[in-house]
Amino acid sequence: MDRKIKLFSSKQERLVEYTVPIEHGMVVLDAVIYVLEHFDSSISVRWNCKAGRCGSCGAEINGVPSLMCKTRLDSINGDIEVLPMKVFPNVKDLVIDPTDTWHIKKSIPNFKINEQIISKSNDITATKNITLYEYDVTRAQEFKRCIECFLCLDSCHAVRVHKSAYIGPMHVVKTASLDMNPLDSIDRREFLDKKGIRFCNVTKCCTEVCPAKIKITDNAIIPEKERINDKKVI
Amino acid sequence: MDNKKFRELKTDILIIGAGGAGLRAAIEAYDAGAKVTIVSKSLLGKAHTVMAEGGIAASIADVDNEDNWKVHFSDTFVEGAYLGDWKMIEILVKEAPDRVYELEQYGALFDRTPHGKIMQRAFGGHTYKRLCHIGDRTGLEIIRVLEDQVLHRGIQVLDETIITKLAVSSGRIIGAVGLEYMTGDFIAISCKAVILASGGCGRLYKTTSNSLESTGDGLALAYDVGCALVNMEMVQFHPTGMVYPESVKGLLVTEGIRGEGGILLNNKGERFMKRYSPKRMELDARDVVARAIYNEIIKGNGTEHGGVYLDIAHKGAAFIKKKLPAMYDQFKDFADIDITKQKMEVAPTVHYHMGGVKVDAETYATNVKGLYAAGEITGGLHGANRLGGNSLADILIFGRRAGIWSAKYALHLETGNREILKAQLQNEIKRINSYLGSGEETSQYNNGKFRIYELSDALRQIMNEDVGIIRNANGLHNAMKVLETIKNEINNVKISGTTKYNRGLLTMIELENQLIIAECIIRSAIERKESRGAHFRSDFPKKYKKWLKWIICRKKNGRLSLYTSPFKQIPKRFSFIPKEKYS
Repeated sequence: MDRKIKLFSSKQERLVEYTVPIEHGMVVLDAVIYVLEHFDSSISVRWNCKAGRCGSCGAEINGVPSLMCKTRLDSINGDIEVLPMKVFPNVKDLVIDPTDTWHIKKSIPNFKINEQIISKSNDITATKNITLYEYDVTRAQEFKRCIECFLCLDSCHAVRVHKSAYIGPMHVVKTASLDMNPLDSIDRREFLDKKGIRFCNVTKCCTEVCPAKIKITDNAIIPEKERINDKKVI
Repeated sequence: MDNKKFRELKTDILIIGAGGAGLRAAIEAYDAGAKVTIVSKSLLGKAHTVMAEGGIAASIADVDNEDNWKVHFSDTFVEGAYLGDWKMIEILVKEAPDRVYELEQYGALFDRTPHGKIMQRAFGGHTYKRLCHIGDRTGLEIIRVLEDQVLHRGIQVLDETIITKLAVSSGRIIGAVGLEYMTGDFIAISCKAVILASGGCGRLYKTTSNSLESTGDGLALAYDVGCALVNMEMVQFHPTGMVYPESVKGLLVTEGIRGEGGILLNNKGERFMKRYSPKRMELDARDVVARAIYNEIIKGNGTEHGGVYLDIAHKGAAFIKKKLPAMYDQFKDFADIDITKQKMEVAPTVHYHMGGVKVDAETYATNVKGLYAAGEITGGLHGANRLGGNSLADILIFGRRAGIWSAKYALHLETGNREILKAQLQNEIKRINSYLGSGEETSQYNNGKFRIYELSDALRQIMNEDVGIIRNANGLHNAMKVLETIKNEINNVKISGTTKYNRGLLTMIELENQLIIAECIIRSAIERKESRGAHFRSDFPKKYKKWLKWIICRKKNGRLSLYTSPFKQIPKRFSFIPKEKYS
């Protein structure tokens, strides 16, 4: 069976249609690689693990931010349209420039271990005798599943409207992963407040597109908003 | 039109690769006072380390309190078929616990035991439950916490850049030349030392668990400047990769599944491992289990899609979803299989390269002054077979050491001769532009596939067929012939487009590197006329004492030359290790 796939070309500034033979179980990335290997080897497309683990191959597939390597062709009816994520500057074809996300990540106050733990023993084995139970770590572990694929940033209207005034869901998840680490000692509430977390109006678009199935809005953004408000009330 | 644009940079230590080894090396070199620059082919945080699933091996004895470094040493040395470097192994097993605690202090959160300690799981070849883990995404956690450390130190990272040449002057490293994907411009980096941390070469094979970028570029760079490469024939086949659908063939199915109680069955429903390894069953070392699965498939005991069954359903849905969430998703999303109810189909997949750059056990310096290496790119530590979990320990321990020693070397050194670097830059600009041209050829065969991809496929196919899990002289010589054909044909290939983010051009650069490494692997495999660890010869099925030595590949007068190095006798203080047996 053949399927039609349309890929964005920055040279032609439009979608270009190709016809690709389909086998059972193929994903969108397989079809894109087929085009690359048979029709135009210079098409710019980014991927690495092709297993849904590295988060390199995000794109808008029929308008929905998705990983190309995890989107099965048989999950889509009709033609397939692949465009680069719109919230980032375009480099060429399907490749976007995510450099800004590094600047944001650098600005998030890093994990700092509680000094009481370190003070007991100054060497590397300082954490050897600490006791942490599973219920202490599961909350942060959810956010640590984030593969930083940028899809949630692309889905977020608050990011699109407010641009650099809001750091976006991916970075709130990162911040929450540090905040909810039981060994951490930093208060990041002021940081999140300044970085526009209030612009999020909890429509949960980010949660819907997350390939790591993190409940971004319910478990990261809303609790962080509440913590900020608590601080203000006190 | 040729792109001749370039920019120049200056740094103390250039690290090639941003996986666990590269990032850990960067932290240490930076803290020692060096200016550090990291170059990576993929985006920062996407390196192949994120694919590491099972855990990091360290005898912290939080679960099995009998465990200690001696048992870890013995396991590693014996399962490496006595070919491992004892000095490296000693450092590995003694330092691994420290690196685990260090990860915690960087913010990593390991799974916990009911007593609030670090949870450790069983793994093939490990006597005790030894692998500290975070579900089945241990590598991702390691990359993230190291990345935080690197970013907050302000270490320079040039991601999506490929280094295509190392520059050497008066016998020492003085810099490197590369190509930046996003701009398509060249880059010349002047430096005092280079740490190669660019990982393995699994993409040499069609069926592999490795990411797109694992093409062995660093090995080719090292070979090019005269580094010795050891044990190149030692390619690890992970026993369990996915077999169906074709789209995900080779994708890793973590050993954690067997570690958590998964069993292997053939098409008759027989738990066949009891014939191959009655004591250890599914948890014998990877070479043993992989060969057993291969044999079952060859004998006609395989499944519909050419694998065997792996079954964990008896552990129950709640347990599986908690301990192996990524595996649950992987089979559900890609194969429509619910592993809490159904069996998986699995077969061996190329996973790791035990061979690599020969380094000094303490400093991880190569034989070229100023050139260091760490991680999968190095050879020696794992001998003829690597135990699961030892590579995450490897990258942290020896990444750190390469960082320390390269900084010690570089800090009081003058920058090298920049004219030589500039000449190398001009050569590379010429070479890479020469790959581009109009009239890109498509093949008459293969549905009109472009020539570059056809050649790349041909190499990966012949490696699969003739340099696989069971080898023999005929097959290996045939592989050499095919290799020569590809080498000749690659000269006629032109790639369309420009130097900017051009997948075809990158495939070409990588294929040139892969051809060098493939030759080292095949010629070493021809040379080793015995079966040891991951290297199995059907024409020499036994192990011989006379082959207890390393095969070394090195460039001499522009050609590959092979020689063997005598085995380093293991000191008496390691008398607790069982003696090697020959039949």
